[in-house]
Amino acid sequence: MSNHMNSETSGKWHPVCQVEEIPPLGGRTVRTCQMEIAVFRLSDGRIRAVHNSCPHKQGPLADGIVSGDTIICPMHAWKISLESGEVLPPDSGCVKTYSAKVEDGQVLLRL
Amino acid sequence: MSEKKKLVMIGNGMAGMRAIEEILEANPDMFDITIFGAEKYPNYNRIMLSPVLAGDTTIDDIILNDEQWYADNGITLHLGTRIKEIQRGYKKVIAEDGTETKYDNLIIATGSNPFMIPIPGHDKEGVMAFRDIDDCDAMLDAARKYKKAAVIGGGLLGLEAAKGLLHLGMDVTVIHDQATLMNMQLDSVAGEMLRVDLEEQGMKFKVSTLTTEVTGEDRVTGLKFKDGSTLACDLLIMAVGIRPNKQLAEESGLFCNRGIVVNDYMQTVTDPSIYSVGECAEHRGIAYGLVAPLFEQAKTLGHMITGQGLKAYGGSVVSTKLKISGVDVFSAGDFMGGPGADVVELMDRVGGVYKKMVLEDDRIKGVVMFGDTADGPTFFQWMQDGKDVSERRSALLFSASGLGDSGHSGIDQVSAMADETVVCGCNGVTKKQIVDVIVKEGLTSRKEITRCTKAAGSCGGCAGLVDQLLAATLGTAFVESTHEPICGCTDMDHEQLKVQIKNKHLTMVRETMNVLEWKGEGCHICRPAINYYIGMYWPTEAEDDRYSRVVNEKMHANIQKDGTYSVIPRVFGGNTDADYLIRLGEVAKKYDIQTIKITGGQRIGLYGVKKEDLVSVWRDLDMPSGFAYGKALRTVKTCVGSEWCRFGTQDSTTLGIRLEKIFDRSWYPAKTKLAASGCPRNCAEATIKDLGVVGVEGGWEIYVGGNGGVKVRAGDLLCMVKTDDEVVEITKAYLQHYRETGKHNERTAPWLERIGLEKIKRVVVDDPEGRKALIERMDLYLSTLTTDPWMDRLKDEKPSGEMTQFNEYTPIDIPVEVVNA
Repeated sequence: MSNHMNSETSGKWHPVCQVEEIPPLGGRTVRTCQMEIAVFRLSDGRIRAVHNSCPHKQGPLADGIVSGDTIICPMHAWKISLESGEVLPPDSGCVKTYSAKVEDGQVLLRL
Repeated sequence: MSEKKKLVMIGNGMAGMRAIEEILEANPDMFDITIFGAEKYPNYNRIMLSPVLAGDTTIDDIILNDEQWYADNGITLHLGTRIKEIQRGYKKVIAEDGTETKYDNLIIATGSNPFMIPIPGHDKEGVMAFRDIDDCDAMLDAARKYKKAAVIGGGLLGLEAAKGLLHLGMDVTVIHDQATLMNMQLDSVAGEMLRVDLEEQGMKFKVSTLTTEVTGEDRVTGLKFKDGSTLACDLLIMAVGIRPNKQLAEESGLFCNRGIVVNDYMQTVTDPSIYSVGECAEHRGIAYGLVAPLFEQAKTLGHMITGQGLKAYGGSVVSTKLKISGVDVFSAGDFMGGPGADVVELMDRVGGVYKKMVLEDDRIKGVVMFGDTADGPTFFQWMQDGKDVSERRSALLFSASGLGDSGHSGIDQVSAMADETVVCGCNGVTKKQIVDVIVKEGLTSRKEITRCTKAAGSCGGCAGLVDQLLAATLGTAFVESTHEPICGCTDMDHEQLKVQIKNKHLTMVRETMNVLEWKGEGCHICRPAINYYIGMYWPTEAEDDRYSRVVNEKMHANIQKDGTYSVIPRVFGGNTDADYLIRLGEVAKKYDIQTIKITGGQRIGLYGVKKEDLVSVWRDLDMPSGFAYGKALRTVKTCVGSEWCRFGTQDSTTLGIRLEKIFDRSWYPAKTKLAASGCPRNCAEATIKDLGVVGVEGGWEIYVGGNGGVKVRAGDLLCMVKTDDEVVEITKAYLQHYRETGKHNERTAPWLERIGLEKIKRVVVDDPEGRKALIERMDLYLSTLTTDPWMDRLKDEKPSGEMTQFNEYTPIDIPVEVVNA
């Protein structure tokens, strides 16, 4: 499984949950039939979604600490941009990001 | 507002800039600062020019203060501008372009010039020194065009230059006028071993050779020597020494000898408003050329000029290390040893190791080492401390660390480590990686090491080891322990943060970051720290921020390498019963637990629990959380004690259970482990716990600050008491004192060493009033710990699947086929 590419521009929007079901500055794990996506609620209310697996040692990003646009992996504190999916220096790598939006309090992911 | 004083500095090098940094730290608002630098670069790490030449690093990487830094600190910087005159009467300096700048205080930090031997032909093209970035560029350039290089001078700088040129593919010959290489730093034996070693690397030598002439038309083509022989070369580096750059000072009437003569406060002896620091300054007859003494001078200058009182600089004892990869050389002090000197030597010709130590009155006077220099910094420290080494002298040179009691800590531990030893277990960083990055990147603080390697960036457990490596690699004079910001999100250190939280009555994490002008939204280091401190100061008011906790403390379970969790319920004092075990077994079966492990803390752990099963496992267990995941009270380990043991003196089990029940659910700066042993056989290992009690006839001994982890430390005896109640009292006061004065993530062992046992004794044991106040604060805190975190999660859980606060335990399933690109 490779995760080079960032934000999907194709695919359909799928409802996931209500905004309130994601803790502020926290994350939730969303399971599709094949894989896990980590969905985060940032301090300004934006929702961001990435593959729930750190490129380092596959740590579950959904359990990390949200800081601004960055998620800090719970395993070894790799910092990953939730906008680009890029791992921040001094480490490198990237995770796949997914488009997310909120409509009428409902969180939607484009998959 | 009163007018700021004007401070002008001539020179923009490492010593001067360090002085400016010291001044800014002491009083950032005292001066308007103007700096004149003759070179066109901002302050860079001159020591690292050799690695630049050797290709190990780049010029950009050795810049210490970029131009933005000067701007940020309100400093006016004139690069490429020479000062031609100091008019002391008018208190002004005049630059070559005629501009005049007035000063109240002047710092002359003009450094030194390389000495060019005035032999015929020394001004030909291709003859140069190795001193600054321009020289470095010119050498890199020459290496591309020419093949044969000669270096006059077999000292530290000459050999480093030669090694760099060798690395660039040139054929290099070093010419030295003495028989011994680095004769200022090595004795003849070590110098000879060094020569052999470098010859194996391809370097050629002509020792005891005087150069008499540089030959060639415009450009150098060869050298003539006194013995009549010649050598062809098309690049010549002169590295025979430096001369303090005192011309400007001398012309302005400041008393100069070898350098600009300064007093113990770094003021020129002629004019107290003018200071001098660095290689241009002569202090008690010595003009230093190594960086560690210059930094000490800078500190003294900063202290004096900002009016903090008299703090004299008494001169420095220096040590030398050669920065050539694959060659280990160390020397310090008076290592030659004249006739009748007390000398200890170790020679291993096959292994290429030589060590020699000169002693006087059982104290180290000097040391020279080749091949194995790991103990160099330790010996250097002992030399400065005047440590009596008589008991160890016969084995001393084999290894400083293999000796003596096992309890001693410090540099020895890292010195004894092999290169491949993993220092940072979290990030898998080895000793060699850390040392390499210190040397190649020129790092001087743990923070920088963490940024480059990640070491000490996760659990922080290895921070002490990293500090030791820093000290061992750079020499003790380099280690800066004064101000260490918590993380990149703030400039504050832990103490400053705590003071602010207390004084400003801050009770929420986000509020704290806003009020204290945090950069960004905080990180995994500062947010948990803030969250702890607000709860510590304001136990009844602070709002615990779950999302400022690291994963284990947020989930109330330890995350494992595969993303599953462990569940470890309490077993008070390690005493359990049949019903408990049966229930635990049934739950383990129901959830198909892969691993059931007796933990080190006398309890039972279930490993491999899926996140979504955590809440159900807790419900079915119906046992209190063991806090095995937190910076909290872990366990109170006990032996069976007088109830069963034929040696038992005291009832350790009863006391252990009592302590664990009292302190259950309490949080500390770092994890906290207790133990109670019923007799001095100490089966509960109470002397390697944060606090441990050992039963003796008629009472208990209380040991504190012990640790059995990365860095073993035997606990110190805090006091002896008669009754269990007294143990409880002292424990409450001691743990509360730790809660209040510990830094987040600091275990009691380093905390105790930082604060000092005597000081802790005074507060906790000797002062009944102080103890009473501590106990009151602890009791208040304990009274707020009314609920169990696992049970809290159960209460939150709604069977209908309604939204709950802690629903992040449960994944959301969406029946979507995602084809992963």
